[in-house]
Amino acid sequence: MNRAAITPGDWGFSWRRVGAIVLRHYYLLRSSWARVLELAYWPVINMTLWGFMTVYLVGQSSVFAQATGLLLAAILLWDVLFRTQLGLGLAFLEEVWSRNLGHILVSPIRPYEYVAAIFMVALMRVVIGVGPAALLAWALYDYNVFTLGLPLIPFFINLVILGWAIGLAINGLILRFGLGAESMAWMALFVLAPICGIYYPLSVLPEWLRVISYLIPASYVFEGMRAVLIEHTFRADLLIAAALINIVYFAGGVAAFLYCFRAARHRGLILQIGE
Amino acid sequence: MSAPAIEVRRLVKRYGAVTAIEDLSFTVEPGTITGLLGGNGAGKTTTLAILLGVLLPTAGEAYVLGVDILKHRFRVLPRMNFGSPYVELPKRLTVRENLRVFAQLYGVAKPRRRIETLSENLQMGEFLDRPTGTLSAGQKTRAALAKALVNEPEVLLLDEPTASLDPDTGDWVRSYLERYVAERKATILLASHNMSEVERLCSMVLMMKAGRMVDRGTPADLLRKYGRHNLEEVFLDIARNRGARQEAAE
Repeated sequence: MNRAAITPGDWGFSWRRVGAIVLRHYYLLRSSWARVLELAYWPVINMTLWGFMTVYLVGQSSVFAQATGLLLAAILLWDVLFRTQLGLGLAFLEEVWSRNLGHILVSPIRPYEYVAAIFMVALMRVVIGVGPAALLAWALYDYNVFTLGLPLIPFFINLVILGWAIGLAINGLILRFGLGAESMAWMALFVLAPICGIYYPLSVLPEWLRVISYLIPASYVFEGMRAVLIEHTFRADLLIAAALINIVYFAGGVAAFLYCFRAARHRGLILQIGE
Repeated sequence: MSAPAIEVRRLVKRYGAVTAIEDLSFTVEPGTITGLLGGNGAGKTTTLAILLGVLLPTAGEAYVLGVDILKHRFRVLPRMNFGSPYVELPKRLTVRENLRVFAQLYGVAKPRRRIETLSENLQMGEFLDRPTGTLSAGQKTRAALAKALVNEPEVLLLDEPTASLDPDTGDWVRSYLERYVAERKATILLASHNMSEVERLCSMVLMMKAGRMVDRGTPADLLRKYGRHNLEEVFLDIARNRGARQEAAE
């Protein structure tokens, strides 16, 4: 008899269940060229726009002449952060839109396995979305993001973790408040954009605003990126600061999601999530 | 006597001042189909949601296959499944892809073979590789039923499984469920508004009204007790507070 395996405990972790959710999103992307196109569309448009702006600025400004990749690297790294957060939101929203969330959450998948799965899906979406933009930067503007060298790896990891943390908290809000909170998935991160120094150093911010920007891990990543490109130095202190603050953000994101998940179980929202 | 497949003890669910379920207790014997009957807002879906572990009650206990679903739901969820027309399968995925995903979620040992068997049993061959969103209502119902049976559940919770189906497809689904229970000795708890469906399938009926259990018994018992010819009339008696004729006579 082909009975499903009985899971003995409450706290097991199954990569097979995680893989099932990743497989579901792989099937979805495979069946929808529009979704794949949409993933790469904005990063490529952004790269084209800011790439030509860089070409123009290199001839006008000594800063850009010294570090031609400044804007392009910033665009790519910002997209890593934004696409991770959005990817996590969309991985969750796809289940809500298709009214499939109930099926998933009454299956044996644990909430933390589901979270791990949508982390993977968000990463998959970042690679599909930002990869073509990085290739375009190389092909059109002769800028290779890998010239950032090894620091690119901790930059990337820090931004992905921050994207996961914010995305998870937003998914919690959608679970708790329904599709009315959906727009948060698109808007939330842009609150950080002016104050985390993507395109300019934090020193240009007023002092009171700088204090807030120091609470955002991405601020340290973008400062670190400029140190590599302009001063040709790797600032380990900035990356350590980013990583430490990210731990708090990540723990907060997980806690917010699990809190909202429990609240949804109390309020009976899981089988009827909607507007 | 064997232990009940489902046991609910003094279950209460309140949303602020609104009471969805009040002091609900019942058992479902293994290998039977039990109907949960009641009008809109009677608490049927709330009861199913609690038994699936996605809704926490205000008070009370619920056991499925002897496991406390409120404390250890992951121990028993692999042995259960659920079907409802109000929860759908992703439309862009083919039926086969959807079943593959859920087979993996439920830890089915040989998913490919299981999907082939389900396809054969539920006559899904012609649409197994079509996107689920392109199927007719009857085909979608069979696909949803295949998902609900993908792990060969010992306990199956169904919320209005034949809602919006034509009589022929509805009859086909009912026959399939009867065969499944007979062959697998499985237990089904069925929430439904369809009285003829309940009369045909269920060996026990639980009548709910405003979150409370107002009566229970075999369909024959209830017909006798209320002096009616079909469950629809019994349902209307209960919904309109007419009470059992026998009791009224007494």
